Amino acid sequence: MKQSEIPQDPSPLDKFTKEVCYAVDEKGDYTTALSRGWQVKADALGITWEEAQARTANAREKVKNGEASPILFFMELNMMDLPIVAAYTGFWQWTIKRHLKPNVFKNLSDKKLQKYAEVFDVTIIELKNFSPQIAQINKD
Amino acid sequence: MQLDFQHIQAAHCENGVTTNLLRHMGIHQITEPLAFGIGAGIFYIHIPFLKISGGPAISFRTMPGQIFTRTCSALGVKIERKTFSSKEKAQLFLDDCLAKGQPAGCQVGVYHLTYFPKEFRFHFNAHNLVVYGKENDTYLVSDPVMETVTTISAYDLERVRFAKGALAPNGQIYFPKTSEPVSEERIKKGIIKGIKHASWFMTETPVPILGVAGIRFTAGRIKTWRESLGVRRGGLYLAQLVRMGEEIGTGGAGFRFVYAAFLQQAHPFVKKDELLEMSKQFTAIGDLWRASSVQASGIYKGRITEQQDFNVMGDMLLNIAEKEKAAFKALYKIKW
Repeated sequence: MKQSEIPQDPSPLDKFTKEVCYAVDEKGDYTTALSRGWQVKADALGITWEEAQARTANAREKVKNGEASPILFFMELNMMDLPIVAAYTGFWQWTIKRHLKPNVFKNLSDKKLQKYAEVFDVTIIELKNFSPQIAQINKD
Repeated sequence: MQLDFQHIQAAHCENGVTTNLLRHMGIHQITEPLAFGIGAGIFYIHIPFLKISGGPAISFRTMPGQIFTRTCSALGVKIERKTFSSKEKAQLFLDDCLAKGQPAGCQVGVYHLTYFPKEFRFHFNAHNLVVYGKENDTYLVSDPVMETVTTISAYDLERVRFAKGALAPNGQIYFPKTSEPVSEERIKKGIIKGIKHASWFMTETPVPILGVAGIRFTAGRIKTWRESLGVRRGGLYLAQLVRMGEEIGTGGAGFRFVYAAFLQQAHPFVKKDELLEMSKQFTAIGDLWRASSVQASGIYKGRITEQQDFNVMGDMLLNIAEKEKAAFKALYKIKW
């Protein structure tokens, strides 16, 4: 890549920093320059986020319809999968899978719920009394 | 308390931490590309069956920690590296280092890193930064991918140092301990060792998911993605490939430009004209990676969605694999 070809596209990086790029100057020597971002990777990041939001919305529906426990929603909201939740809570993956069932979730002790609440940065009350409104607020 | 520490922005976090810590010790010859090359950071792996955030597990860089370890050992610098099971001890150790005047490298998870914008906060645990001071309950941080230094609260620092999941940092802390003056000869030897290691790894390992063979493996997979995953998921997988190679912290084109810069900067130390030629080749390879990212973006933006387009993407990677194989073979065969 030539120094003159370093992309300077608007991207989510703008809120954050500029990044260092290595590129070749006119004499063929390597040099560094700052870049605002590149559309191609801003798009890659964009669709990854769209997917995460679609999964969260899907999880919200499932919880509303009683097909899954609120844990599923908060998992998707935090972009976590089973191994990550397992690592944070210390539960086995199959235990968490059980907790995703509304019937099992209903009878969970506060001690267990507390573990989930800490990981998801919510209170037990928010976790237990899941309502679409709260879910909406959490999303924003 | 604030240590006298010079923050230099870098393309990649671990290179940056390594470079900044070594320069702090007085090894002024070191630059980011040199640290990357001596540490043999260039890499490729595609682990089948394993998924990372629901996409393929692909990496363009070595295991976290390797670049620092290899660079220091090649330069004859003794290092200290510690992980902790207790959060309190981890903080005490860090405070102790700062009190002794030693800036410390930390491995952290990105998800709770408060100064990153939300868009970049994924569950990725192999980020590196330097803590160089503490004021009240706030740590002063030099994060190499950022233009300037920043700060983080003690609570948040503990959270990111004890992030969980794949590659969990466990409070890992590291820094160079002792240094002798580093001679040009030593750097020359380090460069040769780094090039040998990387070129051996990329071409000679008999595992079909590592190095150049790994790129070929990915190419083959891409051609099946449309059928097995559908256009949308296939696109998401490609987006993940692009992010691994291009996102902030990689220096672009999966580190290939940084490596090309390394070969050029190595020339004054080693005085082999082949290196300049190879540097040009790696620049060309980096450009090919970027072209493949443009093709991939066409797919995940939904502009081009036919099987033919996935095939073209796969063939682009096959072409890159051929070029890289030739380039690394040539490096491997240089008579030093």
